[in-house]
Amino acid sequence: MLQTLLDKRTLIAVLLCAVAAVAVPILSLVVPPSSPLHMPPYVVALIGKYLCYAILAVALDLVWGYCGILSLGHGAFFALGGYAMGMYLMRQIGARGVYGNPLLPDFMVFLNWKALPVAWWGFQSFPYAALMAMLAPGALAFAFGWLAFRSRVTGVYLSIITQAMTYALMLAFFRNDMGFGGNNGLTDFKDILGFNIQSDATRAALFSASAIVLILALLVGRFLVTSKFGKVLIAIRDAESRARFLGYRVEYYKLAVFTVSAMLAGVAGALYVPQVGIINPGEFAPANSIEAVIWVAVGGRGTLVGAALGAVLVNFGKTVFTGALPEYWLFALGLLFVLVTLFLPKGILGALDSLKRKPAPPIEPADADVAPKIAG
Amino acid sequence: MENLALTQSLLYLDGVAVSFDGYKALRGLSLTLAPGEMRAIIGPNGAGKTTMMDVITGKTRPDEGVVLFGGTEDLTQLDEAAIAQLGVGRKFQKPTMFESQSVEDNILLALKAPREARATLFGKPAPDTRERIDRILETIKLTAHRKRMAADLSHGQKQWLEIGMLLAQDPKLLLVDEPVAGMTDAETMQTADLLREIARDHSVVVVEHDMDFVRKLGVKVTVLHEGAVLAEGPLDQVSADPRVIEVYLGR
Ligand SMILES: Nc1ncnc2c1ncn2[C@@H]1O[C@H](COP(=O)(O)OP(=O)(O)O)[C@@H](O)[C@H]1O
Ligand SMILES: [Mg+2]
Repeated sequence: MLQTLLDKRTLIAVLLCAVAAVAVPILSLVVPPSSPLHMPPYVVALIGKYLCYAILAVALDLVWGYCGILSLGHGAFFALGGYAMGMYLMRQIGARGVYGNPLLPDFMVFLNWKALPVAWWGFQSFPYAALMAMLAPGALAFAFGWLAFRSRVTGVYLSIITQAMTYALMLAFFRNDMGFGGNNGLTDFKDILGFNIQSDATRAALFSASAIVLILALLVGRFLVTSKFGKVLIAIRDAESRARFLGYRVEYYKLAVFTVSAMLAGVAGALYVPQVGIINPGEFAPANSIEAVIWVAVGGRGTLVGAALGAVLVNFGKTVFTGALPEYWLFALGLLFVLVTLFLPKGILGALDSLKRKPAPPIEPADADVAPKIAG
Repeated sequence: MENLALTQSLLYLDGVAVSFDGYKALRGLSLTLAPGEMRAIIGPNGAGKTTMMDVITGKTRPDEGVVLFGGTEDLTQLDEAAIAQLGVGRKFQKPTMFESQSVEDNILLALKAPREARATLFGKPAPDTRERIDRILETIKLTAHRKRMAADLSHGQKQWLEIGMLLAQDPKLLLVDEPVAGMTDAETMQTADLLREIARDHSVVVVEHDMDFVRKLGVKVTVLHEGAVLAEGPLDQVSADPRVIEVYLGR
């Protein structure tokens, strides 16, 4: 049981994350800045951001890699989780804002609002915000999936409406009267759970939390895909109508995995926002969701660990590349996608698999004299 | 008696009509299958044989007509999954299975067991699961290949695997669409034997073009033509029918 759950690859990934969760705080906080081993806080935040993307990639791989649902809207779930966390962080600012209003965030005072909108109630509580970071994307995914999967929208059409969903949300969140800070979004956070959000120690702690959540995401993902439930998901991916004719309610399986995946994406977004210090409607941009698909494709879809690896590698590449030639990143990304599609159709891990998998021994032709017999 | 035919039949179709954009694929199709019966359906291309199976399995909704299973269940109101859960299994003309999964996982997925997501995620498999899979693999001679990916099997082995999946489902009624298309003569005869074995404890409807195969089955034959039943009876009687000769056999 444990062996199926923790195959070699997952074990390596889990161990790496566990080591990072411990080592990074030490390198950043204990090792003195004069030492070459010291890890500056901005690097901690940067790698922490990669890990959040890796969690998003694992979530996307669950639906795309295993169930064949090519969601081009997972960035929306990520952003919703981010907004939930952002709302908590805004309410933590309290009277320390520019306008000194103890209850209303600055942008509301600026808009001349007198009362806190209902959507903001409860967000002073961290547990409530954390719950909402999962429930809001989960509820959206459930409602969306209920409509789409029951009407059997699949393939390109489904991908297009997921893009439309995230685009519509972006437009909505741009509006000031939505009450989520309009195009400025939410920022100028002060502290989280009482700790200064800018301090090195908090950054290190957020990093470790991201690493631990990535471990959990991989374990939950492995639990899902190695169970019989996971075999049904793969069956749906490979031959949806066959699965139906075997008696599986395909729409409910899709709904279940889509909702769980959206909640995981929400958690990733919630961890991301305190590390980057801002959330704005740009996070809903359709391009973000497409980038996430590329991470998964690069790492190898249907592998979970590969998705996480792809997210980290592509984003590392993005950091390096945008440092040198910022205008050309999108072209580079597009080129990368084309190259991977052409030369590594199963991604990095898929290619490793094909290298390792010995060519199957030829199957002897079915013996003409022994037809299979039905046991009476 | 009409009513007796209805309540005592396993499958009862009456006046079933289906049209696609005005083209009438089925026009008043009526057919009754008794429990335990095996029936062969023949008819020229485009006669509506596959459409009939689509109607029975919930893939296509008829515009008109009655489709009852076991005398009570109205199949026109149920979807594919519900109909499969009632005990209707289907084999497609082209072998369809889960190619990227192992042979034994294909059987496991087909094996009669709770189908809900909750059961497949948290439920414990029945204690005899392994034993049932072993028995079916033995029957279809794929025990040695159980860990192999279904995609790696030969064409004949795939056909057998799909038959194994049907056995695993243990349906009350099996619908088999052109099972011997593209098979050698020897394979065709083996498959006839296999289906006759299965028919001992299952009701089976076989659609087939191959007359030698139908003769080998030795069961009652229904001839479809232009979406309705043209003739019904033993093969010799049906093939002597001048109308049948005209539309089908004579050509
Ligand atoms: N989904 C569909 N849309 C349009 N026409 C269809 C569809 N399915 C079947 N038909 C038409 O209905 C007729 C009967 O088809 P079918 O049931 O497949 O015949 P058979 O299996 O007897 O060869 C054919 O003329 C076919 O072109
Ligand atoms: Mg046909």
